[in-house]
Amino acid sequence: MSQQNSVLYDVPGPRQRRITLVSSLIATVVVLIGAYLLIYRPLADKGQFSMELWGPLIDPSNENFTQVWDRLGVGLKHTLTAAALAILSSLVVGTLLAVLRIQLKSLTRRRFTGLATPLAYLLRGLSVLLSAVTRVCVEVFRGLPVVITIFFVARGFPEFGVSFDNLWYLVIGLTVYNSVVIAEILRSGMEGLPGGQAEAAAAIGLSPAQTTRMILLPQAFRIMLPALISQLVVVLKDTSLGFIISYEETLNIGKQIIGVLGNPIQVYAVIAVLFIAVNYSLSKLAQFVQHRLSRGRKTAGTPAQQAPATALISQAEGAGGN
Amino acid sequence: MSVLIDKFDVFAGGFWLTLQICFLAAIGALILGAVVAVLRISPVPPLRALGTAYVTVFRNLPLTVVMFFAAFGLPALGSNANFLRIPGLDAVFSRLGTDLPYFRFALIALSLYTAAFVCEALRSGVNAVPPGQAEAARSLGLTFGQNLRYVVLPQSWKASIVPLGSVIIAMIKNSALVGFFGVIGDLSQTADQLTSAGGYAFIPVAIGISVGYLIMTVPLGALLDRIEKRQAVAR
Repeated sequence: MSQQNSVLYDVPGPRQRRITLVSSLIATVVVLIGAYLLIYRPLADKGQFSMELWGPLIDPSNENFTQVWDRLGVGLKHTLTAAALAILSSLVVGTLLAVLRIQLKSLTRRRFTGLATPLAYLLRGLSVLLSAVTRVCVEVFRGLPVVITIFFVARGFPEFGVSFDNLWYLVIGLTVYNSVVIAEILRSGMEGLPGGQAEAAAAIGLSPAQTTRMILLPQAFRIMLPALISQLVVVLKDTSLGFIISYEETLNIGKQIIGVLGNPIQVYAVIAVLFIAVNYSLSKLAQFVQHRLSRGRKTAGTPAQQAPATALISQAEGAGGN
Repeated sequence: MSVLIDKFDVFAGGFWLTLQICFLAAIGALILGAVVAVLRISPVPPLRALGTAYVTVFRNLPLTVVMFFAAFGLPALGSNANFLRIPGLDAVFSRLGTDLPYFRFALIALSLYTAAFVCEALRSGVNAVPPGQAEAARSLGLTFGQNLRYVVLPQSWKASIVPLGSVIIAMIKNSALVGFFGVIGDLSQTADQLTSAGGYAFIPVAIGISVGYLIMTVPLGALLDRIEKRQAVAR
């Protein structure tokens, strides 16, 4: 905040401070009146603050209280299970995909000089083709809405006679989308490293696979950690799409509760608070990590930490997740 | 594959409706996001707190929850979002004026949700301007407005165009959700309808729908990549 202000404003003098104080008071009053007229009044007019609607959610002595929260607990558990599984699998698949793309890219530059000419051409053609195929796959799955991916997975698998639990459809759908995004994050992290890193690794005799595993990947993970964490927030948010394939996550449970008790605004408000609490703490964690990264290990040899820009873009992309 | 040709008008209609939603929601989100960004960089603390609260809430909520609020909460308050029936505009975007309010609800949810991200993109642009620029402008005696207009905004615009683009792409993808909230005839709902009610084979429909979304997202993404590369060179 202070840094923000220093860009646009000077340090305020006594007169400016008075003006700020007066306008703050006025703004507070205006905001409060606005909130009263636009939010409180419509809600109160419709009797949305009555205990009848709120009771099952906040009043422990209400007859439905324990049942409602039991159900919400089940929903939360399902949400977190799906999120954990999706995060784990998309991290694994995403890392593999990033390594694959990097390897294929370096393969296309190889000339296979020791081999017979036709074979060398064949291998080169093959590696170019594979590289193009993975590129197209990445672009396609990154361009598709995750809703559509989940929907296609849930509809498509039974079509081929393969059927799982709803949980797995959700996890697979989320993995397909997010692993591609994570792969792109990691790949841009690896390509952003100074060329000297890979060259030095080659010079001390590491094979390409070893170079990726021991030199490039760890550094990419480090630089891209904030972006990765914000992607995890996106995954958590996206599990709420499970309601499309009627997976029993928090929102779906909420819908069932509303079906019985008829209090949509109250139930959604509670669920919203739950989501905000979890996601907000995760974003704070991302900020903390970013802070630590920009502070720690500033030796001459380490590459410039250019995480902020990429982190921001991926967060914006993150909106795309959901 | 014949469904792609037989039902081409259905696909095209879905594409057109999704495009309408995206266009209107993008305008709404840009306006609202700009307002929130102004709040967040304003010198008055309560307004700044309001802006921050807005961004915190909507960035951490799944769009699904916002949609549920719009689609079930607003009717519970007896609102049909009739204020969006803007005369003139609803002649072009016919769904704005219909009696079924779901198009308008979807629009509200999408705009509210995306505005938070638009605000962050704009604000990050302002933050990317080196402090020395604004300081120099103040030393020259430019007023606050002049400072913004001639020094800060032209530079911040360059820094925020790529994040803004990603936000818009994300919004296009998010718009797929509206088909599950009562908006009839957009691309995602078309997929549902053709496969379950229409009884068409799954694969061709999936291809058609995917192509519909990819037409919107991939070229925009490529354009952004180009802008980003050119900016990297310019710096």
